[in-house]
Amino acid sequence: MHLDHPETYPQRHTHGADPRRPDGTRRALRIGLGGPVGSGKTATVAALCRALRDELSIAVVTNDIYTREDAEFLLRNAVLPAERISAVETGACPHTAIRDDISANLEAVEDLEEGVGPLDLILVESGGDNLTATFSKGLVDAQVFVIDVAGGDDIPRKGGPGVTTADLLVVNKTDLAPYVGSDLERMARDAKEQRGDLPVAFTSLVAPEGVRPIADWVRERLAAWTAAPA
Amino acid sequence: MDDTVVGNRSSPSYRWEVPPGRNGWAQPTHGPAPANAPASAPAVGAVAPGTAALLILADGRFPAGGHAHSGGAEAAVKAGRIHDAVTLEAFCRGRLHTAGLTAAALAAAAAAGVDPLVLDEAADARTPVPALRTTARRLGRQLMRAARATWPSPELDALAAARPRGAHQPVVQGLAARAAGLDPRAAAYAAAYESAGGPASAAVRLLSLDPFDATTVLARLAPEMDRIAARAAEAGHRALDEGPGALPAAAAPLLDIAAEQHAAWPVRLFAS
Repeated sequence: MHLDHPETYPQRHTHGADPRRPDGTRRALRIGLGGPVGSGKTATVAALCRALRDELSIAVVTNDIYTREDAEFLLRNAVLPAERISAVETGACPHTAIRDDISANLEAVEDLEEGVGPLDLILVESGGDNLTATFSKGLVDAQVFVIDVAGGDDIPRKGGPGVTTADLLVVNKTDLAPYVGSDLERMARDAKEQRGDLPVAFTSLVAPEGVRPIADWVRERLAAWTAAPA
Repeated sequence: MDDTVVGNRSSPSYRWEVPPGRNGWAQPTHGPAPANAPASAPAVGAVAPGTAALLILADGRFPAGGHAHSGGAEAAVKAGRIHDAVTLEAFCRGRLHTAGLTAAALAAAAAAGVDPLVLDEAADARTPVPALRTTARRLGRQLMRAARATWPSPELDALAAARPRGAHQPVVQGLAARAAGLDPRAAAYAAAYESAGGPASAAVRLLSLDPFDATTVLARLAPEMDRIAARAAEAGHRALDEGPGALPAAAAPLLDIAAEQHAAWPVRLFAS
């Protein structure tokens, strides 16, 4: 149908990937955070909110597998006011909700923009999943993949779409490395081999300012996003 | 309720007339037959025009949010009403003949050209519990996004503008089918299939049910889906002249009650 139409995807705006709001201004930057269960995604989101909330207008979408635990953790820790946190239910398939069928997540980010916006930054946290879970480009503008040293220092070598393609790879819980026998230098070497020039951040969120490498990366992305032509 | 009038409800019928949109597309059609096609009887092996579009619309992978909903299966599993393939079949049959028939008729009416705002009210009237109204509108909104991207149409745009928080899913489904060039019967098929297919795929995840058994359940229900779709299509056509009163209002009280309870669970796998 409509093969003669000059544009292949004339209704691109209905996907939510369009960088402009309906009124023509540039919408919030959307950053996805994915990674295996227990690697520290929610802790990273909480730390990012604390580090950036005084300089930026932020909201968070969580994708829990079967509860609202992650959203409630963020609420309990009061990292943001409740109206800035939204939980999406994923029907036992967190990767589907962030990659194959992003409609519920798009609605959540749009409702946040409408309800508490204008926003500078929306963090979309995936439910804990596997090494192949990545975000659709129709949902987020950049993605962070969070692994930890206690999950095994061979994960960077194993690769997978999360490790190899994420815009930022975070290796969390570096403070635990001596206790679990993980070789940080080996992890860095393997990550470099898998990712080329894509950045890697080694973090220990329990340390003061532990989230700083990620927060600085977010600031850089946001500066680039804001500077881009609308 | 939003009182924006997007259609023309002047007598003598409930036909919906939307002026051509900015793309200037006229009423969707199946397009002209190929020049070399025989004018009369279809060739051996021919299928109805639009069959491929129907497969796309009815595909469980169509990205419209359905994967997060169980169609009442999660509550039924917890209550012990679904625990194997036999009980899954009974559940799916019940849903097909009640909520499924009602949804299929709404979809057929929308595809036939009945004013979707009239149908949206008719859907509310046929959905007594708030939890399922919320679910139907949420899924309708998600389907609207996918349908507008997939089959751009001034009619979809108009309904989206009139119901920004979502119209009932079967109404959007019927209008999406219309935008895809499908007839009311095809729209009814999509809704009828989904009414059974949703719970069946959810049961595979909830019970670790053998996926071959779940698919066999659907195959066994296929002749009934044919009949439901035909009945729904006939009612949808009649609604053009008789209004929404011509549409069936089959209901399943246990689905309604369980949906209200399920919506209050603190821990659950599916949104509905």
